[in-house]
Amino acid sequence: MSSNITIAISKGRIFKDALPLLAALDIYPVEAPETTRKLILETNRPDVKIIIVRTTDVPTYVEYGAADIGIAGKDVLLEYSVNASGGNGLGGYGLYEPLDLKIAQCKMVVAEPEKVEPGETGNREHGGRKRVATKYVNIARNYFASQGKQVEIIKLYGSMELAPVLGLADQIVDLVDTGNTLKANGLVVVETITDISSRLIVNKAAMKMKNNLIKPMIEKLTELVEEK
Amino acid sequence: MKTQNIWILPEGIEEILPPRAGQLDHLCRGIIDLYASWGYQLVIPPMIEYMDSLLTGTGKDLDLKIFKLTDQLSGRLMGVRADTTPQVARIDAHNLKREVPTRLCYLGTVLHTRPENTGGNRSPLQVGAELYGHKGIESDTEVLCLMIETLKKAGIEKTHVDLGHVGIYNNLVRLVKLDEGLKEDKELELFDVLQRKAMPELNDMISEGSLSVEAGKMFKALVTANGAIDEFREARVLFENINSEIKSCLDELQSIFELISKRMPEVTLNFDLSELRGYHYHTGIVFTAYVPGCGQGIAFGGRYDDIGSAFGRARPATGFSTDIKALLDLSMSKIENSLGIFVPCSDEPGQMEAISKLRNQGEIVICELPGQNDTPEDMGCDRRLECQGDQWVVVPQ
Repeated sequence: MSSNITIAISKGRIFKDALPLLAALDIYPVEAPETTRKLILETNRPDVKIIIVRTTDVPTYVEYGAADIGIAGKDVLLEYSVNASGGNGLGGYGLYEPLDLKIAQCKMVVAEPEKVEPGETGNREHGGRKRVATKYVNIARNYFASQGKQVEIIKLYGSMELAPVLGLADQIVDLVDTGNTLKANGLVVVETITDISSRLIVNKAAMKMKNNLIKPMIEKLTELVEEK
Repeated sequence: MKTQNIWILPEGIEEILPPRAGQLDHLCRGIIDLYASWGYQLVIPPMIEYMDSLLTGTGKDLDLKIFKLTDQLSGRLMGVRADTTPQVARIDAHNLKREVPTRLCYLGTVLHTRPENTGGNRSPLQVGAELYGHKGIESDTEVLCLMIETLKKAGIEKTHVDLGHVGIYNNLVRLVKLDEGLKEDKELELFDVLQRKAMPELNDMISEGSLSVEAGKMFKALVTANGAIDEFREARVLFENINSEIKSCLDELQSIFELISKRMPEVTLNFDLSELRGYHYHTGIVFTAYVPGCGQGIAFGGRYDDIGSAFGRARPATGFSTDIKALLDLSMSKIENSLGIFVPCSDEPGQMEAISKLRNQGEIVICELPGQNDTPEDMGCDRRLECQGDQWVVVPQ
């Protein structure tokens, strides 16, 4: 039985928040991603390595089995499931998501300018449709569809807060942690789509073939998260 | 379009070149011969059929995967097959109408609108075997063993087989529907949640009241009911007292475990009670083969009784399928391409006879063409046919 485990994690907040969880599994990376340019981090355990990938790539690495397990935000998973190879539009079946790690918590929200004046920015109808700027195209489309609204979606890669200010869009869909950026740009949250936190994800084949290693990890982490 | 790009094939569509094409053909023949020796007769279903018959018994699962076009003769909608199993079920139910257990196999390209596996391939070369007309673990075990033999034929030795039984989930859902009036959209949600083993969302379903605490507990146990075969007894205790149907599903699983571990001790067996792949048409045991180094299942099968009922005859059925191209990529035994014998161009007496004799012996003989200055190596040969005295002899290059 194969006995190596590869864990995919993204740099930054998720990595920092994941360290105590990894420590509980007796996994300590020997280097910090901030101090090395290596993308494969060795750990104290010769059978465990950590790979550093972009947050949106974590599900891809795990689904294809390049990593056995990974930590990814629910926002990334929701956005990914529609495009996933096993996905049929009803949700992606390519991965297991057995545990909410309750780290990197934030919210996916709809926001718009605080003061909406008719004829100014916001509330402009574009053929009866609102314009929504977002990085999370699938989440936005599904959310508005579930509200019975057809909207025009503009895909942006960052600084979404600018879009309503400059009249590019009426609303934005974005992740919000403290809400300071929204406030600084005169935007307010009008609806919360969903709470977001990071999930443990597991490759399907690894769950079967390395069950003896992975299942105890999930159980240990479940206990730990529930204690919090 | 730029002219230099006219060679590009559509995404996920591939052509197979030498030497891989030769290796693939060798494997195909080996596998069909294997099936023949087990009594599985080859059928060649059509590449294209009316949508109405392609979708029968398989439902929405397949609909989105099928490329569709309109038949200009009848005006009806046709589809390019995305899975051969329903076609073979139709052949058994409608065309063959045999009363005895019927063993059929098939080999052919299927087409998917969206890639299903790693690498984004949309045109797998599907091979599979189906056994109709017997209900019981013996036929399930037979096709499962044949699936493992198929992988061995392809040089894949270390196989892990994951077994489940959709009957357990079906019965649990039926009970919850009866007791709590679980709504259809919530049932779909539950199915999706179980497929992802998404415990957090299962907890949400309980806290929002879609599932009672009691039922929720049952499904949570189902999500974690997976592992090595020795843990199966522990897991079955949680479910076997719910009702007699669930108990008999568990008994079936256990018997198959025992049969397979006796017949094929080299195979690692796992169980997973919440694995419901293809559950819209599967009705009993489901199984998937995994191999180390591949992040996705490589061969899939299970029981799908009653799929033939739409064609007028419900017959018990069980079978499996796999993508031969994927097997070849994972194959451990690299099939060597045999090298040929190069024959210099000449009219000398006896040469043609010597060549025919060698070809009949299964040798590759390549004749030099006039004006050719290439070496035998360039032509994929490691030997030469030479005239020594009045004898034609094969000499090493």
